[in-house]
Parts: sequence; C-alpha cells; structure tokens
Amino acid sequence: MQLSTKHLLGIKELEPADISLILQTAAQFKEVLQRPIKKVPSLRDITIVNLFYENSTRTRISFELAEKRLSADTINFSASGSSVSKGETLLDTVNNILSMKVDMVVMRHSASGAPHFLAKHLPNTGIINAGDGINEHPTQALLDAFSIMEKTGGLEGKKVVLIGDIMHSRVALSNIYLLKKMGAEVMVAGPPTLIPKHIREALGVEVSYNVGEALRWCDVANVLRIQLERQNQVLFSSLREYNLAFGISRRLLDSIKKDIVIMHPGPINRGVEIDSDVADGRESIILQQVENGVAVRMAVLYLLAGKKSEAS
Amino acid sequence: MAHQAVEQYDHLHDLVFIAIQPRGVFVGQKIAGIIQGLFPNEKIQYGVLDITFYRDDIRKELHTANETHIPFSIENKRVVLIDDVLYTGRTIRAALDALQDFGRPRKVELCVLIDRRFKRELPIQADYFGRAIDTHDSQKVKVNPETEEVLLY
Repeated sequence: MQLSTKHLLGIKELEPADISLILQTAAQFKEVLQRPIKKVPSLRDITIVNLFYENSTRTRISFELAEKRLSADTINFSASGSSVSKGETLLDTVNNILSMKVDMVVMRHSASGAPHFLAKHLPNTGIINAGDGINEHPTQALLDAFSIMEKTGGLEGKKVVLIGDIMHSRVALSNIYLLKKMGAEVMVAGPPTLIPKHIREALGVEVSYNVGEALRWCDVANVLRIQLERQNQVLFSSLREYNLAFGISRRLLDSIKKDIVIMHPGPINRGVEIDSDVADGRESIILQQVENGVAVRMAVLYLLAGKKSEAS
Repeated sequence: MAHQAVEQYDHLHDLVFIAIQPRGVFVGQKIAGIIQGLFPNEKIQYGVLDITFYRDDIRKELHTANETHIPFSIENKRVVLIDDVLYTGRTIRAALDALQDFGRPRKVELCVLIDRRFKRELPIQADYFGRAIDTHDSQKVKVNPETEEVLLY
C-alpha cells in the first residue's frame, strides 16, 4: 500500500484510501511511542527541514518529535532571525536549503497556497503543509480524525460539529474535507459573521447559528480558537459577549444530557470559546489530540519518505 | 519444534515467544498452543512483533505496518522468535533490532517452519526448524496457514 501523492498539501488532494492508510499506520506508530525506546530507524537516511514562517508551538514541536522518533535528521528554520528579513524570496530560501541535500520540507506559511507553489517548483522534494494561511492544516485534521476514531471507534456516520471561527480557520476546512471523505456528517456552528455564506452548498455541511442546538445534534464537538489577532475586524462585539452566546460552558454542556466528545486544536482561549471546566473536563480529549499528533505526523513522514525515493 | 524449544526447561518463567508479523503469527499461535498444553499450570507469554519500521529496504518498497503487541517485559528473558520461512535473514536482522527497543533479553533463539538453506545474505541461522528445503532464487516459498501446505512455485 502506498499514498497516491508525493506531497501532503491538503486533505482536498487525498483519496479516502490515503487517509485510511495514514490513520492505520499512525496506530502502529502510537504503539511505538509506548515502548521503552520510543524510536525506530526508518528515516535514518532522510534530512527534513522545518520551515516556519508563522508562529507555532504544538505543530512545530510535534513535527520535530515525529522526525526524531523516526531517526531523521532535522533542521529548524524560523522566518524571524533569518535572511527572510533581508528580503530573500521563499523559493530562493528553499532552493538554498535544498542544495545542502535536504530531502523533505515541512512548511507553515501565512500565505494560503504557499506549499502548493513550492510543490510546483520542486516536484522531487516531499512537501508537507503544516498550515497555510486560511487554507488547510492537513495533519491537524488527520490527528483529529485519529482521536475521534480512537475515542468513538470510527468516522463513518459520526456527527461532528465545528464551532467558532469557520471563516478564518484552516483547521475547519481540512476537517470538513476529511470528515466528508470518510463518511461523517459535518455541521458548522458559530456567529453568522464567522461562517462563510455559501458553505452549505460549497462543502455540503449543515449550518447552525445556535451552539446549544449544534451540541444536541452532534457526537463530537471540535471547538476552534477565536483568532484574537483578527479582533480589529469587528466580527463580533466583544469576547465577553462571544463567550456568553457561543462559548462552551459547563452549564450548557450539562443541559444537553448527552455524552459528547469535546476537542480543541489549541491554543485555547480559556473563557472565550471554551470554559476551563469544560476544557479540563471528562468529555475533553484535547491532550490526547496533542499526543496523537506525533504518531500521525510520523505516519505522514514515513509514508511520504517511501514515496520520495521511488521518484529518484 | 515446540517440544525442542522447551525440552531443557521445566517451567516457563523466563521463556517468552514472539512471532513476527504477518506470516509468523499462525506458526506462533500453533506453537504457543502446543506449549501451553505441555504446561497447563502456567501462562505462556506470547507476543507478536511487526518489523516494518526496521526494514533495510523501505526506500525500495513500502510495506503496510501490522500490529505489535508484546504485553510483557523481555528484559533478561529467553526469547524464541518465530517466523514461517527463513530465507535471506534480513527479516530476522530487523526483528533483532526491533527487539532491542523492548529491552535486553538474556538470549534470543530462532524457530522457523521452513529453512531455505544456502540462501542466506546475513550470518543468521535457525535454532529450530520444521523442514529445510533447497530452492532456486527464482522460486517462491509460501506456507498456506489454512491447509498448512508448503507451496513452491
């Protein structure tokens, strides 16, 4: 079994069989991570550069750990403190790094489509999108799917609601693509200003502007971060009001009288989109998501590294 | 083979059996079943090991990973590795590497159903084998788990 693609640019480009293969391989890597020695020699001959043009904690550490657990060599690059501030272009930067014999690129960039641009110019280098602008964050969607499967047994027929800033969220878009491809039902919920107008027709998801109603409908609620850096756009009046109208509180959760799974891709704004007693409550699998992220990223790197050598 | 593997022992404390995924598993289950019958008052320690991530040919061909399940410590134990066919020895090399990540066994032995003699690419030999056969490189040997037939083609 092999992936149908050489790069992981987005979930949009993957076949359902690719997603299954990644999730299945991730389950084996999760077992590796429970061993006394949490490391395998698979990518001993591979060098990977982590190019982060945008800030990140979880994704960056998770990728780096995944690479190290696979015995790959890693280089870390962040835009601040590099020649990017002297005006070097993305393609020049990457070409210079690749000339030092690097095999794969993991990239986060604030411009949507940046990894697609690289893949077009560097067809022989495996490129992994670690989040591009407001487009996709494929490994987050894969680890969310893995966590849902682990908790509930499968994806098919599951009802998943994504709550919050759907408009600016690459996590939301990747999750929608993935869940739809794997046969889950998807709803988006939040204030009308944060939900794209034609999303129902474009992506085939349900839409609700009432979080209570959405929670009653779903098996799994994936609560997204309110992107405070976009506050100046006045998409809702205040954080306090957002919390009262759309935040997940203990009282709201208890009122629906149903067991649901609560997820959040991090970083959490406690007391805005989710209250602390929910984020840390028994329904929450937020920390399991982070744990699973390493195994899922190991699976992606492993499967793409095998694919890469095939071309050369 | 099962009898050979335990003949110098009168208990199973320090003895563990680990079958190699995927095709060593049916041999392993069979052997584990027989040995359990010989020691009805003890619980046999039996696990399965997947060596996909330790292969030396992952750049040539990508294999699908299978489950690894070793629910006991192998530290200081005598480990009997079980597979169906011993051919080049590369699978066993990978299995020895994988085993190291679970601890330091006192001793590792190898038990295979079929030994394809004279085809080794590494200095690895079986301690116990069901049958040794001589084959050409172009031939394939497969053991059918249902009928327990050995197919040569």
